[in-house]
Amino acid sequence: MLDLIKLIKHHGYQAINDIRKAKLMDTHRGFPVIDEAKYSGNWQDVADCCPVKAISLNPVAVDLGKCIFCGECEKISNGAIEFTNEVKLASSNREGLIISSGNNYDIYSKEAVKSKKEIHKLFGRSLKLRQVSAAGCNGCEMELGACGNVNFDMGRFGIDFTASPRHADGIVFTGPVSKNMAPALLDAYKSIAAPKIVIAVGACAISGGLFAESGQINRSVLDEIKIDLYVSGCPPHPLTFINAVLDFLGIK
Amino acid sequence: MNWIEIKNLQTVPLSEIPRPGIDEFRNEVIQKVKSGNRLVQFFGNKNSDKIILYAVIADDDVAKLFVSSMEIFPGGAYNSITPDVPSAHLFEREIFEQYGIKPEGHPWLKPVRKGIAGIDKAETQYEYFSMSGDEVHEVGVGPIHAGIIEPGHFRFSCHGEKVYHLEIKLGFQHRGVEDLFVRNNSRIVYLEKLAESIAGDTVIGHAETFAGAMESLAGISVPYQVKIIRAIALELERIAIHLGDLSALSGDIAYLTGNSVFGALRTKVINTTMAVCGNRFGRGLIKIGGVNFSITQELSDKILETLNKLDDETVLAAEVLFSSASVLERFEKTGIVETEVAKEIGMVGPAARASGVAIDIRSDHPSGAYEYFPHHKLTLSTGDVFARAYIRFVEIQQSIKIIKEQLQNLPETAADKTGGGLNRKEIILKPDSLVVSLTEGWRGEIAHVLLTDKSGKIERIKIKDPSFNNWFGLTLAVRNEGISDFPICNKSFDLSYSGYDL
Repeated sequence: MLDLIKLIKHHGYQAINDIRKAKLMDTHRGFPVIDEAKYSGNWQDVADCCPVKAISLNPVAVDLGKCIFCGECEKISNGAIEFTNEVKLASSNREGLIISSGNNYDIYSKEAVKSKKEIHKLFGRSLKLRQVSAAGCNGCEMELGACGNVNFDMGRFGIDFTASPRHADGIVFTGPVSKNMAPALLDAYKSIAAPKIVIAVGACAISGGLFAESGQINRSVLDEIKIDLYVSGCPPHPLTFINAVLDFLGIK
Repeated sequence: MNWIEIKNLQTVPLSEIPRPGIDEFRNEVIQKVKSGNRLVQFFGNKNSDKIILYAVIADDDVAKLFVSSMEIFPGGAYNSITPDVPSAHLFEREIFEQYGIKPEGHPWLKPVRKGIAGIDKAETQYEYFSMSGDEVHEVGVGPIHAGIIEPGHFRFSCHGEKVYHLEIKLGFQHRGVEDLFVRNNSRIVYLEKLAESIAGDTVIGHAETFAGAMESLAGISVPYQVKIIRAIALELERIAIHLGDLSALSGDIAYLTGNSVFGALRTKVINTTMAVCGNRFGRGLIKIGGVNFSITQELSDKILETLNKLDDETVLAAEVLFSSASVLERFEKTGIVETEVAKEIGMVGPAARASGVAIDIRSDHPSGAYEYFPHHKLTLSTGDVFARAYIRFVEIQQSIKIIKEQLQNLPETAADKTGGGLNRKEIILKPDSLVVSLTEGWRGEIAHVLLTDKSGKIERIKIKDPSFNNWFGLTLAVRNEGISDFPICNKSFDLSYSGYDL
């Protein structure tokens, strides 16, 4: 008993106080900043080094919906594409994930995720989500799980994951959507009562990621599922996910 | 000679692999396993109009691997080895699914990854076992589970609360990983990243195993400091997952202090990995021929400080967990896998060691930094949830010790972000060769076998996550247990779906 008290006292208070302002360590690869002038070599080489073909040229742009944040382009371009430690990497629309040298993080972090009044009214104080892993590798799943742990404590905002789609206001899916999971993903989506929201988490969910060209995935089911929020990363850090959802809900 | 004898990470020309006749090959495999060796891999490769089946068997006592092969036409049949070697059951199902080669007399020749969702009627459909009798019922769970975890289907055949049999149907996660490796065999960077995504909870384990195989095929030897950084990353991964599992096990029995405390400790470990390479799971660290990030003296001191604190905090938390009566009541004598059973079905990793089977690649087939120091295998004997939980605790302590020692051996070198002088375009693999790469991931033995074609391109990769061996262990562990004990049995194994489904 005394050991238990000692343990709890030692454990103390672990939660990050201000999720909105929390900073990650410098090594973390987050929002990319592009400065074309920094690299005088052939940009085609930079585009070719990308394992997920996320880099397009003229102008140079990185598609965060494909990017797995491996940092290969940063090395080869001598930092002309530089991954900062900034965590806000989400957007309300697919095009919003394409970052070029014109994008400034301060503006991006405020504007990329649009919040609607009716969403704020419906879900601003309580949002229950059902997670479906549609062939995710367990990376995104572990980070989504971590959102609820003592460090990030997403529950403080009334945002939780439920065990059943019937209890949920929306769906969070991860993974490139394998053929074998496509029917189950659609079932879960249909089981949620309207109005409902859909959040795609991670490069695989948004674009197929490393598996985009596999014959074993079936992304055609996504034609029937309207995605409201795209959260980038491989996997997205819990701070990225929580901030994205808070922005989406219009919570300051 | 019906076998060629090799070592972990030793490249061998395909022409030197013996090819006995089908019956002889079959007898040889059975003999080898019955005389105490272990079936590591058994898989096919298409060679013009024939299929070559390769078997890799390990003699863990003397750090040797034996490879043999046989050839057969697609759609052919041979007498199954599963009745004699139960650990071959999934390999034979896989070969049947991929090449239509039928192991006659296989007790349950069911699909592994195809035909499981009932989408394509042309595929062999999955049929469950059923149980009949008064008051017998079945409970189906999945593919989508209640928690934030990967999908799979569990079907319990029960009488009242008691589970008579658990059937685990996987394959929902199938992404065609092996096929992607082969189709993109000239895109080295892509392959490195794909290896990291075989199982997202074993990023370092799979990336190291793949890099090791490629380096052996290309004749690249990596510097000592690279080996140390890889070993440190592998041990950090082990500590993080073990802590996470102790947290989840605590959560499953409503011991919330353990759930919170171990969860917070895990965060500190994965943040240490992020301090090294910029990602909490170690993505981007390993590359073929080296590592992308080095550990400076300053970082080394920080890691040491974190680990020293972590060591004390883990002991404190574990002592409370493992001395609490309400915890022990749930853990002890629950989900037992006997030593003989674990051996027979080919279990690996901490789950096998908790059942008294002393297999640990770090000491049995050491590679990298593990070649430079003796690694002591830790085993327990009871094979229950308690043993599978407690072994996590002792392995955490052991891993902390390993990292602390290795940090001291780390030569001081400047950060290398440019690629260590190795241009990936210069990676040329030996043609017509085979290599077996084994690593002790946190879950157990990770085995990649790579075969190259005559132009030195990867022609076949056979990936085995330890989950492939251990899922059947979970099936046997829950037999005769109450169905409510399933969550802790499951979590005590903590197996990968994507690593199995590929």
